[in-house]
Amino acid sequence: MSLRSPLATARGLGSAKSGTHHWWLQRVTAVALVPLVIWFVISLIVHAGASYEEARAWIGSPLPAVMMICLIIATFHHAQLGLQVVIEDYIHAESCKIASLLIVKGGAFFLGLLGVFSVARIAFGG
Amino acid sequence: MAEFTLPKNSKIKPGKKHTPATPPKNPRTFKVYRWSPDDDQNPQLDEYVIDMAECGPMVLDALIKIKNEVDSTLTFRRSCREGICGSCAMNIDGTNTLACTKAIDEVKGDVAIYPLPHMPVVKDLVPDLKHIYAQLASVEPWLKTETNPPNRERLQSVEEREKLDGLWECILCFCCSTSCPSYWWNSDRYLGPAVLLQSYRWLADSRDEATGERLDDLEDPFKLYRCHTIMNCTNTCPKGLNPAKAIAETKKMMLARQG
Repeated sequence: MSLRSPLATARGLGSAKSGTHHWWLQRVTAVALVPLVIWFVISLIVHAGASYEEARAWIGSPLPAVMMICLIIATFHHAQLGLQVVIEDYIHAESCKIASLLIVKGGAFFLGLLGVFSVARIAFGG
Repeated sequence: MAEFTLPKNSKIKPGKKHTPATPPKNPRTFKVYRWSPDDDQNPQLDEYVIDMAECGPMVLDALIKIKNEVDSTLTFRRSCREGICGSCAMNIDGTNTLACTKAIDEVKGDVAIYPLPHMPVVKDLVPDLKHIYAQLASVEPWLKTETNPPNRERLQSVEEREKLDGLWECILCFCCSTSCPSYWWNSDRYLGPAVLLQSYRWLADSRDEATGERLDDLEDPFKLYRCHTIMNCTNTCPKGLNPAKAIAETKKMMLARQG
């Protein structure tokens, strides 16, 4: 039961004065993923049947390594931006929402970093 | 969590069947959502068989005929009966539209009539619009200027006036907002397509001097950016308007002032 006026309820806590950056980055990463994913799929087809050593040598060479790192960063950044929106849409219990956001954001950061580190390690001959 | 099923006391049960004493020449069945706040009953779906030989062509004609001749307790809003007041917005045959401009012929089989989806119901087909009206008021849908008023009309070029076409025609029936899943789940904070179209109507107005402040107030992950371009709003608008485009234009304005 609330005796607040409808206008006070509708105005709520006011505008967060943000959201445009999030929205724009989601579009930018989506567009970046188009050529990156096409490159990745073509590369997989080209290297089908290659030996472990050949695949390692390929991923360690400068252009594929940098493309791979771009793909990993764009994928995980896009995924966490999108999942954040899904969580905000559907999970309304504040504690559950914050926990889900932390898991998704932390998970995306960790997995992304793991991917980048793995590519770097191959590239730098570890 | 967002609620995907109706609460127990909102589950719709079968209702009364009203059939005319003499068999009608051209019968048509209307299944109408009924709920009254005065008893503790669940909503029910009443069936009315109407003789189309003695009924006007629109769904509103049938509702008025039911109210006048069969069941005077049936409650709904209506006023102009020509698609300009927006009062008789309801969900007919699964689509939000105006009962007065929806032809019965367009519906195949029985005609199912429900109130606008996901709104609190006052009675039968009358939704509670208090919150959505307050949301409309929150975007201050009127001309705001600081320059001293001119001695005559505020002038607009033909091109400037054209930018308001497709916006001024909105009759605030709220068919669009109540068709939007994003508005269903987050109407406490998301303004919804109808209010965002009204807001853009003033953003697009060359005479308005508060564009920046208006954008400031809208720039919010919920107020504006809950729009995920689902497009139900544009599909359902009984006036053929495009609220999704108005929202997209607002997002473009947000971006244009960034860099």
